[in-house]
Amino acid sequence: MTAIKILCPTGHLAFTPLEKGSFLLGCEQKPDFIIADAGSCDMGPRPLGADQHVSLAAWQRHDLEVMLVQARKLGVPMIVGSASDTGTDRGVDQFVGMIRDIAAEHRLAPFKLTAIYAEQSIDELKRKLAGGARIEGLDGRPDADLATLGRTTRVVAVMNAEPIRAALAGGADVVIAGRSSDCALFAAPLLDAGFSPGISYYTGKLMECASFCAEPYMGKESILGRVEGEAVCVTAMHPGQRCTPASLGSHAMYERTNPFREDVAGGHIDMTNCRYEQVDPKTTRASGQVFVKAPTVKVKLEGAGKVGERRLAVIGIRDPHTIQLIDKAIAWAKGKVAERFGPIGEGYDVFYHLYGRNAVMKDLDPAPEMKPHELGIVVEAIHRDGEKAAEIAALAARNMFYARLPETKGTAGAAALMSDEILIGEAAYEWTLNHVIEVKNAMELFRTRTMTVDGSGLKEAV
Amino acid sequence: MATLRELASTIRSKNAGVDHITFDIICRERANFDRVRNSNVLSREGVAALFNIPVERVSHFTVFEPANAIKFTIRRLKPSGSPGETDVFGSQQYAPLFDVVIP
Repeated sequence: MTAIKILCPTGHLAFTPLEKGSFLLGCEQKPDFIIADAGSCDMGPRPLGADQHVSLAAWQRHDLEVMLVQARKLGVPMIVGSASDTGTDRGVDQFVGMIRDIAAEHRLAPFKLTAIYAEQSIDELKRKLAGGARIEGLDGRPDADLATLGRTTRVVAVMNAEPIRAALAGGADVVIAGRSSDCALFAAPLLDAGFSPGISYYTGKLMECASFCAEPYMGKESILGRVEGEAVCVTAMHPGQRCTPASLGSHAMYERTNPFREDVAGGHIDMTNCRYEQVDPKTTRASGQVFVKAPTVKVKLEGAGKVGERRLAVIGIRDPHTIQLIDKAIAWAKGKVAERFGPIGEGYDVFYHLYGRNAVMKDLDPAPEMKPHELGIVVEAIHRDGEKAAEIAALAARNMFYARLPETKGTAGAAALMSDEILIGEAAYEWTLNHVIEVKNAMELFRTRTMTVDGSGLKEAV
Repeated sequence: MATLRELASTIRSKNAGVDHITFDIICRERANFDRVRNSNVLSREGVAALFNIPVERVSHFTVFEPANAIKFTIRRLKPSGSPGETDVFGSQQYAPLFDVVIP
């Protein structure tokens, strides 16, 4: 088996634009594949629930254009996963449209594009539940029931390597995949070339965040992985970066609860005995992973559900007496809200985020009561009905102004209003599904569409 | 006596999935790592006390030798990005670790 080289230019396509300089240096190394992930659940549940992208369209187009033009010039496959941040069907179609436009603009010769869709019908999941299927909770969550699905607005399944591998085996030059496991994007071509599941997925784990696995800290720079046998050599492409045993090893533990284990559909990689060796100033070789096969194949489901409309107000407090008694002031204002809307938390919600005290860490903040010079408060109100949410936000904010505190000297207003207005926030969502479902084969939740894109004649045959 | 801020080169927090926040303390120097680890100041119980939370909320605690690192994970009370949540990436929860004193 010959070695395979993979170039990865970004850990989240278009979150900010990729850096072209180190990417072109990587292209000079003649990679066999160009691969990038475009999504994450880090941005919270709203993008999935509302089916919005958080990366700017102009940057999505920029990154896809840089990658596509070089991939076609080199004549190597390009794989993009979790299209448009969330990997919904809308995201896949958006990226497919951009690929067509870029191909036409650059008059690219015909190539084969495979789109893989990952969105799931909630009704179909309900039928599966009714039929006895188990939707098993992850991370200590209870299993999903009909009520959980009832609270869910949109669901994607997270594909593993198999659908992407099938697309490559079918001759795809460009793969635009819906929601995907990051490491599956890299594992797919390696498995297709005959590498073991262990090194295939492990390579993906190490490479999926691009230059985050190198030092010093830089985002959006390219890295090159050269896979041979049961080891991968990862090289930083930016002239000022290097991959070291420390940088690669610390990346292996990034964003995960267990640094020794990476779960994939059908098994996990055990990284307990991994070794990292410097082979040249910019390159570290990683090996020692073991693939442990699971008895069943489980696919992860991510789901988000709408909670309500959200309205916000911003107020400030400078009076040291009010700051000292801030909890009393909030209790007063909450009381006024509850007088009109009933107990907080029943059918609506209101939150006070106290910037200057503990807005950032809330219950996790161990710091003793501080005496800030001034306090900034964001009032967040949630209600099914937007107008009601606005009324709650106004009541909750203005009653800070009217707070009745003992021995107040400032009797013309206990709070400063930055602007007496209620801000319209994006709707509030919550993560309803962080679950897995057992499948007979890893392909069954995903749908594939293949087309020929001909930029030279602006024609397209399906 | 030294603080963690002086001994570690990286102290960070980040989402690990939507229900957890994971914390990494990484030392560039092996000697510093050994000192932090052998002090046993950082433990499942130690970090629970530091963040003033029940020990059951510390879902994982691991020493990760390949990276000279100590890693622990705390369960969120509500999933990331829920109404009322203010750190959607979980990226600003590590500050209390800075002043932890290591003998």
